Amino acid sequence: MITFMNNSDSEEEPCNERTSLMSAESPPVPSYQDGLQASEAGEAQAHRKRRAGSSRGPNNITGGEMSGSGIPVRESALENEEEELTLKYGAKHVIMLFVPVTLCMIVVVATIKSVRFYTEKNGQLIYTPFSEDTPSVGQRLLNSVLNTIIMISVIIVMTVFLVLLYKYRCYKFIHGWLILSSLMLLFLFTYIYLGEVLKTYNVAMDYPTLFIVIWNFGAVGMICIHWKGPLQLQQAYLIMISALMALVFIKYLPEWSAWVILGAISIYDLMAVLCPKGPLRMLVETAQERNEPIFPALIYSSAMMWTVGMAKPDTAARGPSQQTWDAAEDGREHLQSPSHAESQMSETRSPVPTRSVTSLEELEEEERGVKLGLGDFIFYSVLVGKAAATASGDWNTTLACFVAILIGLCLTLLLLAVFKKALPALPISITFGLIFYFSTDNLVRPFMDTLASHQLYI
Amino acid sequence: AFFWLLSLLAASLLWFVSVRLSGREDAALLPLGAAAAVLLQELCRFACFKLLKKADEGLATLSEDGRSPISLRQMAYVSGLSFGIISGVFSVINILADSAGPGTVGIHGDSPYYFITSAFLTMALVLLHTFWGIIFFDACERRRAVGLGLVVGGHLLASGLTFLNPWYEASLGPIFILTLCTGLWAFSTAGGSFHNVLKCLSCK
Repeated sequence: MITFMNNSDSEEEPCNERTSLMSAESPPVPSYQDGLQASEAGEAQAHRKRRAGSSRGPNNITGGEMSGSGIPVRESALENEEEELTLKYGAKHVIMLFVPVTLCMIVVVATIKSVRFYTEKNGQLIYTPFSEDTPSVGQRLLNSVLNTIIMISVIIVMTVFLVLLYKYRCYKFIHGWLILSSLMLLFLFTYIYLGEVLKTYNVAMDYPTLFIVIWNFGAVGMICIHWKGPLQLQQAYLIMISALMALVFIKYLPEWSAWVILGAISIYDLMAVLCPKGPLRMLVETAQERNEPIFPALIYSSAMMWTVGMAKPDTAARGPSQQTWDAAEDGREHLQSPSHAESQMSETRSPVPTRSVTSLEELEEEERGVKLGLGDFIFYSVLVGKAAATASGDWNTTLACFVAILIGLCLTLLLLAVFKKALPALPISITFGLIFYFSTDNLVRPFMDTLASHQLYI
Repeated sequence: AFFWLLSLLAASLLWFVSVRLSGREDAALLPLGAAAAVLLQELCRFACFKLLKKADEGLATLSEDGRSPISLRQMAYVSGLSFGIISGVFSVINILADSAGPGTVGIHGDSPYYFITSAFLTMALVLLHTFWGIIFFDACERRRAVGLGLVVGGHLLASGLTFLNPWYEASLGPIFILTLCTGLWAFSTAGGSFHNVLKCLSCK
């Protein structure tokens, strides 16, 4: 898991996002209710957001639990249909996740290929203090491994810190932390990004215009992410934030360290989500005990639930505001991945009203979506961006990594449909991506180059 | 696409190893590498077929009326198309990227028509892959080795014809004829016929 620490000071503070790919099927009626009650705590949501890092675990666990409890209750006749629905929705979810991941990667690759700033080496983060400019290969390898160890331990510390904060209900602290980090992302990084893009294309811009543009962009972003907003806009902001974060990583992580960190992060993700003592898992369990939804803030969710129509037959407790949040929490499949998604989307969606009765029709009305942690977006984009930046200017490598990551995501979603609980989204995709990157860069490239120079086709 | 990439990976590995072993003489080994790549691609197409068949059966058992929502023909088309796309993209994207930059085509004595012939060849190859996908899946479904053999043979032939570049008349012409024939064959395999075309055109 990567925990993002958002500090307001230097831009070099890495924001680690733990992304958990959480898959929670829209549970059958009984579990649906549980989910609803879980989402009731509006404050909890705010607190949960802070825990973005741990959100992975809780989200995944909640999802898994909900679906788990729901399934046995259903009759077998319905179960088959539910399975079929699952698969059908599963295919739709895959597409719903492909689009944002692809968009994020496209933005990152386009920026890398055109703006020179992000491929220049201008120093390193304080989290990777060892330089890679050493003369010998062994020394360089050692330095990158040390960098990785430092980075991963920072992430672990942050995650554990978040879990502790969540356990002891320091919700305000978490809330403030998340707001500060999203502030920094939305304003500072956007300012730098815009500045570099304008420099690259030699466009003149005056400060007042720039100020107005960035102010509007940032303010709308804060509102969308931390409060309410149209779904598409929230998704767009989350994608942009992930892309910005990925660009920062690509710029400030030295090369070998970046690859080792990617590998280590996926292993950490695997352990943090699946081990019983993993911080993410503990977070999810705590959230489930308290019946609170897990950090919607750092999660990208692809659909909302519309339950307004069903509000009438229900008691007064249910309100229209319930729709988005409930949908987000219950109707979605969450994939857990270790990253704090800055998506405070679901959280800001709505306070969850108490829902006492859930009806089957309501379930059918809702639109199920999938949740993916923002950290996953970030690390996928880091992998593809690094491939675009350092693969000798070769597009084949970038494409191969892109396909590998998407296939990994597919497989993870498939596993999600099978296991029905929160799963780490990073390991499979990153493994495929790394394998394809190194093999394409070293093996396929000379082959294809030689073929192309003779204009041969295979 | 993933399967095609896997095949490409395996072929490159083979080529790389053989180049290393034979000591830096890569020009002569290219035919071998290309042939190996073609065979591996067909092998991966077969693996793709097996996987899709399994998925098809799974979907059929899950659906309500016992038939899967996607027919095998559609899967064949999609798989052929994706093979074609990824193969075409891999072949041409570096050329496209270079063509956006400064330079003169053929300044060292090569043909000045490099870019445009590359474009046409890639288009032919993408179409061919799509047609081969349909024919291949159909042949596997009906267990007719003739179709399989012709697909593999056609692929080898197409790849071999590109070895005749830059003698473009000999390579481009036959490849396009091959594309046309394969297209007609795939069309008839997929159940089309002259009558269907007429019906479609008259908007019935």
